Amino acid sequence: MENRLSYTLYLADSALILSHRNSEWTGHGPVLEQDIAISNIALDLIGQARNFYDYAARQINQSGLNDPATEDSLAYLRDVPEFKNCLLAELPRGDWAVTILRQFFFSAYQTLLFEKLQHSGVDDLAAIAEKSLKEATYHLRWSSEWVIRLGDGTQESRSRILDALDQLWMYTGELLEPAHYELAAAVEGYGPDPATLKETWLEKIQEVFEEAVLPVPGNEWMQTGGKTGKHTEHLGQLLAEMQFMQRAYPGCEW
Amino acid sequence: MIRSEHITIEKVRQILEQVTDPEIPVLSIIDLGILRDIRINGSGLELILTPTYSGCPAMDTIRIQTRMVLLQNGIYGVKITTLLSPAWTTDWMTESGKEKLRAFGIAPPNSKQQVCDTKLFHEEEAIQCPHCRSYKTRLISQFGSTACKALYQCNDCREPFDYFKCH
Ligand SMILES: [Zn+2]
Repeated sequence: MENRLSYTLYLADSALILSHRNSEWTGHGPVLEQDIAISNIALDLIGQARNFYDYAARQINQSGLNDPATEDSLAYLRDVPEFKNCLLAELPRGDWAVTILRQFFFSAYQTLLFEKLQHSGVDDLAAIAEKSLKEATYHLRWSSEWVIRLGDGTQESRSRILDALDQLWMYTGELLEPAHYELAAAVEGYGPDPATLKETWLEKIQEVFEEAVLPVPGNEWMQTGGKTGKHTEHLGQLLAEMQFMQRAYPGCEW
Repeated sequence: MIRSEHITIEKVRQILEQVTDPEIPVLSIIDLGILRDIRINGSGLELILTPTYSGCPAMDTIRIQTRMVLLQNGIYGVKITTLLSPAWTTDWMTESGKEKLRAFGIAPPNSKQQVCDTKLFHEEEAIQCPHCRSYKTRLISQFGSTACKALYQCNDCREPFDYFKCH
């Protein structure tokens, strides 16, 4: 129960936090079509987060051990160490190249994860994965095209995406390295061990990077910790903004 | 609450023809294929709805509108259940729904096989212009005015148009 809840929150938090980062582009996108695209991706991710939070809240309420939870209380009333999102999601949005490359790494991971998770032994998780897989597939397609456009584009776009690669690569390892609750999920048959997705994930990255004429970094040191609540300072800043209304006016609705 | 002998599934279906997608007002929830089931039992009426996209903001409006039209027909206390699996697919859109979309200026979704598969994700779809029916069109943006649509332009008549993506 504890592990399954942590696993569900990890999936929810990662989608919510990345959704929030992407939503920062709304009204600021480089061109109107792409402003709309990134906002729509944010919307898909928040929808996924809501479905996972809804299931997490039901687990909490059925256990009767904690205070009753709702999808809102889970998103708005938890603090930094309770969040289990991957570090990749919480990094500042950076420039367009950072946003694109992060989305590409994340969507490549999400599509592989959901392909497996749709066969989860837990019906709720399977249903959400099945629903979200098509969305992730579109996100992957869109971000791949942008990675190619930037990498194989102008000198400026190329240098920007190379910088983005420098910044982001060390946060990708965490996606594919299992936290204790992911190992439990694999043992109990309701979620894949992310280590088993690693090879296919790398192949996907290689395939797109080849077209984008980008180098695939070698075996570099990877920063981890987000999945178990050890975050960068950026998450606190993000939550301060995202949770402000509920913190300042508890229970407010409109 | 309603008494089951006063209401039939067919009657409910007719009433729900009036509930439309707020973003594509020519399509009813029946055309869209998001109304999955109508159940009438001792305790009342239950509707099973499935969302198009996880974060589709139209779903809340659709639920409210559903309650409203049923209320106007004297049916209240309706239970609306959201079902995620099986996941909605554009294959569930009715043929008449696809015709209505085209008449509205939105290219209807191609049948599923084309790009929904991850393996085919580099393939380009051939989308027909809803205005002049030409297939010489090009993708402008994967995401159009809403998450469910992509933006295309016709190379023949030059008109931009929305394409309801296969999903
Ligand atoms: Zn045309």
